[in-house]
Amino acid sequence: MVVLTGQVSTALIGTDAFQECDTVGITRHCTKHNYLVMDPERLGPILHEAFYIATHGRPGPVVIDIPKNVQVATGNYVIPEKIAHKSYRPQVEPDADAIAQAMALIVAAERPIFYTGGGVINAGPDASAALRQLVSLTGAPITSTLMGLGAFPSDDPKWLGMLGMHGTFEANMAMNRADLIVAVGARFDDRVTGRLDAFAPEAKKIHIDIDRSSINKIVPVDVAVVGDAGRALDALIAAWQEAGHKARDYGEWWRRIDGWRATRCLDFPEKKEPQAEIMPQRAVKALFDATRGRDPIITTEVGQHQMWAAQHFGFSAPNRWLTSGGLGTMGYGFPAAVGAQIAHPNRLVICIAGEASLQMNIQEMGTVSQYRLPVKIFILNNQWMGMVRQWQELTYESRYSNSYSDSLPDFVKLAGAYGWTGLRIDTLGELEDGIATMIETPGPVIVDCRVAQLANCFPMIPSGAAHTDMILQPSDVTGTMDDEAKALV
Amino acid sequence: MKITTEAGERHVLAVTVDNEAGILAKITGLFSARGYNIESLTVADISADHALSRITIVTSGPPAVIDQIIAQLDRLVPVHNVVDLADAGAHVEREIALVKVAGTGEKRIEALRLADVFRAKVVDTTLTSFIFEITGTSDKVDRFIALMRECGLVEVGRTGVVAIARGAEAV
Repeated sequence: MVVLTGQVSTALIGTDAFQECDTVGITRHCTKHNYLVMDPERLGPILHEAFYIATHGRPGPVVIDIPKNVQVATGNYVIPEKIAHKSYRPQVEPDADAIAQAMALIVAAERPIFYTGGGVINAGPDASAALRQLVSLTGAPITSTLMGLGAFPSDDPKWLGMLGMHGTFEANMAMNRADLIVAVGARFDDRVTGRLDAFAPEAKKIHIDIDRSSINKIVPVDVAVVGDAGRALDALIAAWQEAGHKARDYGEWWRRIDGWRATRCLDFPEKKEPQAEIMPQRAVKALFDATRGRDPIITTEVGQHQMWAAQHFGFSAPNRWLTSGGLGTMGYGFPAAVGAQIAHPNRLVICIAGEASLQMNIQEMGTVSQYRLPVKIFILNNQWMGMVRQWQELTYESRYSNSYSDSLPDFVKLAGAYGWTGLRIDTLGELEDGIATMIETPGPVIVDCRVAQLANCFPMIPSGAAHTDMILQPSDVTGTMDDEAKALV
Repeated sequence: MKITTEAGERHVLAVTVDNEAGILAKITGLFSARGYNIESLTVADISADHALSRITIVTSGPPAVIDQIIAQLDRLVPVHNVVDLADAGAHVEREIALVKVAGTGEKRIEALRLADVFRAKVVDTTLTSFIFEITGTSDKVDRFIALMRECGLVEVGRTGVVAIARGAEAV
């Protein structure tokens, strides 16, 4: 992302002029790089450099702040022959020795697992293709982080589902019992590792990452491969094929994994009659079933609905899933859907939202009307900030504070006010038809899908716990937690 | 619940950066945002065309933290390279202090005598004061200032550490 911002004239900078703001100062901490353009002649080169920086290495946002007098000045524009940066040259090609060491560990492993993240998505579709090929060659199981969903098809038997706090039992148990973890474009986030001193105690670790600072930051690893995820995976495939390796028999390993799978950790209790309230998990599954074959782009806000979407919506290709993972910002999903729809005007773009998160940026409904974008918003409306409430149940003996909403707007009326179509789904019997209507209705649609209010997101690793200490169902919740665990929430 | 920070050893980092506005704020912002220590930081333009600056940072932390500091500095866009001078082999460190001492009689004579022992130069004098210029390692400067406290110390200015690896090679 490259952001262009307007600044007061260069002569006024530093004088507290009308609407002056130190944009490079306040964006320094949330951008990869930023510029204040003081000379019109520099504007052209800076624009090229900004796109180079935003897209090379670990991608990130770049801000270019342009004073008013620079905006209106006339200057020379020269198309650069080659776009490069004088100091920023991230390592893309992996080191051959590191690849050889990684391959030796992969070949020797008896209980390997691939743990892949958003880096595989960021490395482009070829990286996902390489990942599928390498997993297929080795026959090893694979799990992905929230940001990595879609790099590997969810209907493949080698796929164990997402790992981490709301990951599957089988993915977390396999991480815990593995003797080799191959981390690709993932960064051992605290939501993924759980309690660090109990994280993957028996495993050697290979870490492939384009960002050197991600390596050994949280978990010390045995082999570090710095480079683009796709290039590193290609290099591993080439090394595998060159040596003529054959997939090992991981039979015993798969038998253990199948045992964990048998817990069916994503199952949830529900009533089946048409008048029954809708379980949020059911709503996501119904949305998934109704959009199969349409290759939708799904965005989410942040909270329980996001985790249910991650658990129950299956992805089979990269770049179909836009969500805010590491930062976890409510309000991300709707603007992301707007962006995705502008980039792909003919695709089905659905924002799976919570009724609270959606209101963070609900004014963008006007943007959608103005640009005539057919964005669909599917609200899992439980009238709570559900994830906050879930933690208050777990951590503070259900002393709820600011997690309830007594002042929700009528989303159907709001849709009408903005010229959208609004639908409301109240019961299980209305679910399928409601979703079908949403998909078939041209233009933007908001669906207020009322779901069971008190459903919580399981399975989960409570904070400060290990992968092996998953809470599988609500009855496992104790409602107390020591200070060490509370501090990690 | 105990909240502790791990102690660690002292490292001197030489960081070559683009000589442009905001770079120092980026570096210091990184240290404060990630909770790293800065014991000393010096910066000056070092190239003929004024394109590059060298920042010398003295920091401390356990080896894993020092490794993170280097990696985090290295990924900043305007940073050209980062060298841990402890890893680069033997190096020399120097710091300059200007030390103002006021007094008369025996204290004044003692201050001058100690300055001579420390090879500090007198760069300004009045009938009741001296300004000494002392160059050396931070440790030597510390010891000199400690002694001057007994001899009428009124003001100190220090540059912070600059350091460079021994031998013919550039780092």
